[in-house]
Amino acid sequence: MIALQNISKWYGDFQVLKDCSATVDKGQVVVVCGPSGSGKSTLIKCVNGLEAVQQGQIQVDGQEVTSKKTNLTALRSRIGMVFQHFELYPHMTVLENLCLAQEKVLKRSRDEAVSKAEMLIKRVGISEHINKHPSQLSGGQQQRVAIARSLAMDPIAMLFDEPTSALDPEMINEVLDVMVELAKEGMTMMVVTHEMGFAKKVADRVVFMDEGAIVENRPTDDFFGNPESDRARDFLSKILNH
Amino acid sequence: MGEFDFSVITNSLPFLGQGLMLSLWLTLLSIIGGIVLGTLLALARLSGFAPLSLTAAAYVNLIRSVPLILVIFWFYFLVPLALGRPIGSFYSALIAFVLFEAAYYSEIMRAGIQSVRKGQVHAGQSTGLNYWQIQRYVVLPQAFRNMIPILVTQGIILFQDTSLVFVVSLRDFMTASSIVARTEGRLVEMYLFAALVYFVICFSGSLYVRRLNKRMAT
Ligand SMILES: Nc1ncnc2c1ncn2[C@@H]1O[C@H](COP(=O)(O)OP(=O)(O)OP(=O)(O)O)[C@@H](O)[C@H]1O
Ligand SMILES: [Mg+2]
Repeated sequence: MIALQNISKWYGDFQVLKDCSATVDKGQVVVVCGPSGSGKSTLIKCVNGLEAVQQGQIQVDGQEVTSKKTNLTALRSRIGMVFQHFELYPHMTVLENLCLAQEKVLKRSRDEAVSKAEMLIKRVGISEHINKHPSQLSGGQQQRVAIARSLAMDPIAMLFDEPTSALDPEMINEVLDVMVELAKEGMTMMVVTHEMGFAKKVADRVVFMDEGAIVENRPTDDFFGNPESDRARDFLSKILNH
Repeated sequence: MGEFDFSVITNSLPFLGQGLMLSLWLTLLSIIGGIVLGTLLALARLSGFAPLSLTAAAYVNLIRSVPLILVIFWFYFLVPLALGRPIGSFYSALIAFVLFEAAYYSEIMRAGIQSVRKGQVHAGQSTGLNYWQIQRYVVLPQAFRNMIPILVTQGIILFQDTSLVFVVSLRDFMTASSIVARTEGRLVEMYLFAALVYFVICFSGSLYVRRLNKRMAT
C-alpha cells in the first residue's frame, strides 16, 4: 500500500532523511518512533507529498507520489492525516470541519456530507458538540474530531504524526482507543508515536529512526523483545521507564 | 468677524450631506476593491513563483513611494486616454484609490496570511483541497479575521484621504464644506464643523478597533 524506496531529503546542507526505505502493506499498522529531531514528522509528510524528497521513490496504492504526472491532490484526498496540533479549522464548527472537503473535493451533496459527518462524530463520541467551534472542545475531543474529519473522506490509509503528544495525560487514551478500533477494523496506518503500549497492542512493525536514518524496521515483538541497535535499546529504556 | 452663526450649517445640510455621502461611498468601495486586489497581490507575493512575486513586490513598492494625489491625477488623465472616452471623475478617482490602497492592503493581508499556521495548509492539503480552495476556505478567512483591526485602521486613513479628490473637482464632504464656507463667508464655523464630523467618524472607528483588539486579546 505504502512503499518508500531509498528516500533522501535535505534542508540546505542539512540532511533530514538518509536513504530511508520502508513499506506498509494493506491492513498493516506501522509505528514510527525515535528521538526528537530524528526526522519522523518529515518522513511521514513525504508519504502524501506535503514535503518533497530529493532522492528516492514513494508509492501509495500503486501511484508514484514523487512523479510529476501524478495528480497529487487527488491522491492526497484518499490518504487521511492527523497532526500533533489537530489543525482543525478554528473559524468553522465541528460539522463544517467535517463537511468542507467532502463537499469541495468529493462533491458530495450537503445532505450526504452532513449524514456522513454525523455518523462519524457519533462514532468518536462527540455528537453533542457537533455545532461547537474547536476552541470550545478539550484537546482529546479536538483530536477525535480531526480523526473523524480524515475518515469522512473514506481514506485507503491513515497517517498520524504524534497524535497524542500535545494532549494532557488523561486525554491520551480516549484518542488511542479510537485509533485501536480503527486498526482492528483493518485500516492501513502509519503512526508516529511514543505510545509504546499502543505499538505493542496493534502494530505489525516498528520503525525506529535516529538522525534521519531508519535504524530498525522489524516486527513489533522482535523490536520490543530484542532491539538490535544500542540506540534503540537506549531509547526504549528511557521511554519505558519514565 | 462678528458673532458665530451656525445657521449656515443647518441651512446647507442637504448639500453637505451629499458631499459626505460621496466621501463615505468612495471610502467603502475603495476599501472593498483595495482589499480584494490587495489580497490577490499578497497571494502573488507569497506564491513562490518568482515572476509573479517579483511583479507584485515591484508594484507594491512603486505605489508606496508615490503620493496618492499624484496617482489620482494620473488616472484622471490616463484612464480616458486608455479607454478612448471619459469615465468621469468619480470612477477615475475610485480606480486610483483602489490601485493605491491595494498596495497597503496587500502588506496587511500578507502579514495576515503569514499569521495562519502552516499546519492549517497541511490539513487542507491532506484532505485533497487544492490551492485555491485552501486559500478561500481555510487561510484567507483566518488571515482576514486576524487583521480586521488593522484593516479598519487603514480604512480610517482612507476616509481622510478621500478629501484629496477635490483635485479632480469631485464634491466630497471637505470640498462641499469649503464651498459653503466661501460662498457664505463663514469660514470658522464651517471648518470647525467639518473637523467635528471627521473627528466623530474617525474616532468612532478607532474606538471600534480598540474594542476589537480587546476582544481578540482575551
Ligand atoms: N523547514 C525546515 N527547515 C530546516 N530544518 C528543518 C525543517 N523542518 C525540520 N527541520 C529539521 O529536520 C530535523 C527533523 O525534523 P522532524 O520534525 O522531522 O523531526 P521529528 O523526528 O518529527 O522530531 P519531533 O519528535 O521533535 O517531532 C530536525 O532537526 C529539524 O530541526
Ligand atoms: Mg515531529
